[in-house]
Amino acid sequence: MSKSVSSNRVPLYILVLGLLTAGLFLTFYRHYVFDVPWLPDAKRQIWSIEAKIEFEALGQPVKLSLAVPDSQPGFERVSEHTASPGYGLAFVDEGAKRRAEWSVREASGRQTLYYQVDMLFDQENFDDMVADPPQIETVTYAGPEETAVTQLLQRARSRSADAFTMTRELIAEFNNESQLAQLLVQQKSRERRLVEMLNLAGIPARVVQTLYLEDGRRRQSLVSYLQVFSGEEYALFNPQTGQQGQLANQLLWEQNSGSLLDLVGGRDSRVSFSIIAQEVPASRIYQEKVAHLKNAMDFSIHSLPLEEQTMFKGILLIPVGVLVVVMMRILVGIRTSGTFMPVLIALAFIQTTLITGLVGFFLIVGIGLVIRSYLSRHNLLLVARISAVIISVIIIIAVFSILAYGLGLAEGLKVTFFPMIILSWTIERMSILWEEEGAKEVFAQGGGSLLVAVLAYLVMINPIIRHLMFNFIGLQLVFMALVLMCGNYTGYRLSELRRFKPLVQGN
Amino acid sequence: MNLLQYWRENTRYGRLATKGILGMNCRNIRYISRHNPRSLYPLVDDKLKTKNLAIEHGVNVPDLIGVIDSQHDVPKIARITDAVPGFCIKPAKGSGGKGILVIDRVVDGVYYKTNGQAISLPDIERHISNILAGLFSLGGKTDFAVVESLIKVDDAFLQFTHEGVPDLRVIVFRGFPVMSMMRLSCASSKGKANLHQGAVGVGISMDSGKAVRAVQSGRPVSHHPDTKQSLGDLVVPQWIAMLELACACYDMTGLGYLGVDLVLDKNRGPLLLELNARPGLSIQVANDAGLLPRLRRVETIKKPEKYPIVERVAYSRAHFAAQSQL
Repeated sequence: MSKSVSSNRVPLYILVLGLLTAGLFLTFYRHYVFDVPWLPDAKRQIWSIEAKIEFEALGQPVKLSLAVPDSQPGFERVSEHTASPGYGLAFVDEGAKRRAEWSVREASGRQTLYYQVDMLFDQENFDDMVADPPQIETVTYAGPEETAVTQLLQRARSRSADAFTMTRELIAEFNNESQLAQLLVQQKSRERRLVEMLNLAGIPARVVQTLYLEDGRRRQSLVSYLQVFSGEEYALFNPQTGQQGQLANQLLWEQNSGSLLDLVGGRDSRVSFSIIAQEVPASRIYQEKVAHLKNAMDFSIHSLPLEEQTMFKGILLIPVGVLVVVMMRILVGIRTSGTFMPVLIALAFIQTTLITGLVGFFLIVGIGLVIRSYLSRHNLLLVARISAVIISVIIIIAVFSILAYGLGLAEGLKVTFFPMIILSWTIERMSILWEEEGAKEVFAQGGGSLLVAVLAYLVMINPIIRHLMFNFIGLQLVFMALVLMCGNYTGYRLSELRRFKPLVQGN
Repeated sequence: MNLLQYWRENTRYGRLATKGILGMNCRNIRYISRHNPRSLYPLVDDKLKTKNLAIEHGVNVPDLIGVIDSQHDVPKIARITDAVPGFCIKPAKGSGGKGILVIDRVVDGVYYKTNGQAISLPDIERHISNILAGLFSLGGKTDFAVVESLIKVDDAFLQFTHEGVPDLRVIVFRGFPVMSMMRLSCASSKGKANLHQGAVGVGISMDSGKAVRAVQSGRPVSHHPDTKQSLGDLVVPQWIAMLELACACYDMTGLGYLGVDLVLDKNRGPLLLELNARPGLSIQVANDAGLLPRLRRVETIKKPEKYPIVERVAYSRAHFAAQSQL
């Protein structure tokens, strides 16, 4: 009478075997044929930076010129290429200035062009900050501007000893004498004014556009810095704070006081940057620096535009978290509230870091539970009540962010990374659990969820795991096979060994 | 070989396996997904459907007072329960005994729960609203409230219960009852009959209906914690009728691996309380016996559908008896 579901397990085993074989084959193929290393190696780190240029073409001939970076202390350019169908392209070297120039006879509508450059990070070379200093250009001032400039320069000079201290003092003066500074930045930008004034004092300087390199960032923009020379040596200054020095992940994108983008025949232009760190074998870089690199990578996620790659860097990690949840539930028997809630919390932890994340989680869920217990007195319908909890969670997050910012805790701002809808459901479930089963069960399930989330987090931030998951797409199939195998496990869970302990005691 | 023997005798995992204890993963893969077609789940997940099906098949169930299926009808509760001394409100799609409200008596518009706690009509209406909104249902789906008349505990069980109604859980596999236990509510379970909430589970021998063993929160007990009655004296009256009722539930649903919850009403005899397509595993702890050997034995029966209920009950009584440890 009972219709039985297929009990033949052979097709499943064949599927698992097939997935394992295919996955491992792809993985080993990439390792042996394309020389992708098993372990991440910091010395071979390449930063791939993609500039995405978008603009509205007006149906006329279009000429577009983008400043592009060159090798510099700390970074060596290994390759560059563009994606711009239909456009003519030329790289122009005007002395030290490098620009990519695109042109087309006619274009209309939204246009998107890509420029990508691979920069090899070189720690040893990083400290020799040497470049050709720019020409000193003298600007003449008149009226109140002249007074302001003279006054600021005099004070800065009296308190400084050389070009670099002079720059620092000048920026400090700019910050102190806000009225004078206000007057000067009315017509030109702060950076430009500072350069002019340094030139006036006989110090070569220019504005450079820098980019902070952080793995997996999208839609970044350039930050202006001052490059001040003392002979051939230079130093970078933050024009706002006067802080001196270049960060190890700071790339000089444009260093000739030119514009980032010149566009003729279009409007509403925008340049945004995506950044990704890659591990590439050193041998490959040195042997066949430019052309072949991309072909070798085409076999994988690396053939996508960088913006999508950075997205995949996170997505490809999810199977690791999912496998942790599957193992914890099927093999260990930990109860979690909401099946995959721990993975989402773990993803949030990656953004917030662990301690901040845990504190944020406890604060939000704790306060949420208090609010929820108050709401439950009001006899509300379920959907409305959960909606109220969602809004409460958003308010809690907003208040925390403001409080944290006010107290100078930048870490606190990261609570916005938490998945709010998921947290609201967690609060709702825990609250019901509290009412029905008591606080003990809430702590059991809440603790279980957090434990699994922390474990998933620890696995997902492991650099080796990150490296493997991103570089070997075949591992996805291996994970699929592992999950299928777990789904076929009929043995006891670890928790059941404890649960059924009374049945085998004393025998 | 020796290693295997060592594993069987000296590791907890091996000893559980040797005893034939059914684990959660094995239950889900080998029994539930293989013998319970998904399409039949609504029959047991919806108490009203179960009730109607039972009435169709001549299986006795507690009397239905009414159904409240919309927020607009919530105030009706006072009117439909006007004529009865006590009643019970259940979410139709609830699970694990969640959301069940038992009203023992009504005095001057004040409602009293079985533990004597007084609640007002708005409290009851709020409870029904929660049921309708899906607070207690699987997956939070919208639900409706079933109002039933109260069950009168049979005299044989009066000494073994605190507040709640004791019920009998029978696991029915391919139509054969394989294991059973009584669930007795007590003060520490707050009148609830669920083992994980602290109720006493009493394993029942399949041949006689006599108690085999009793546990509370995983530990063996010999007396009811509140009434101090020796649990060794517990015998389920009308045992054969109870087993036949359990078998009939398989015939009416077609679910191969089924948990049947029965009660014995003082006036009406055995009644079907609810069915469960994912019955729990604690029944093994209460019986100090594994389900697997019994399930495997039933699996060897070819064409189980050929056996009438009487023969199936006889088979189970002959093969699944156990010695009392009390």
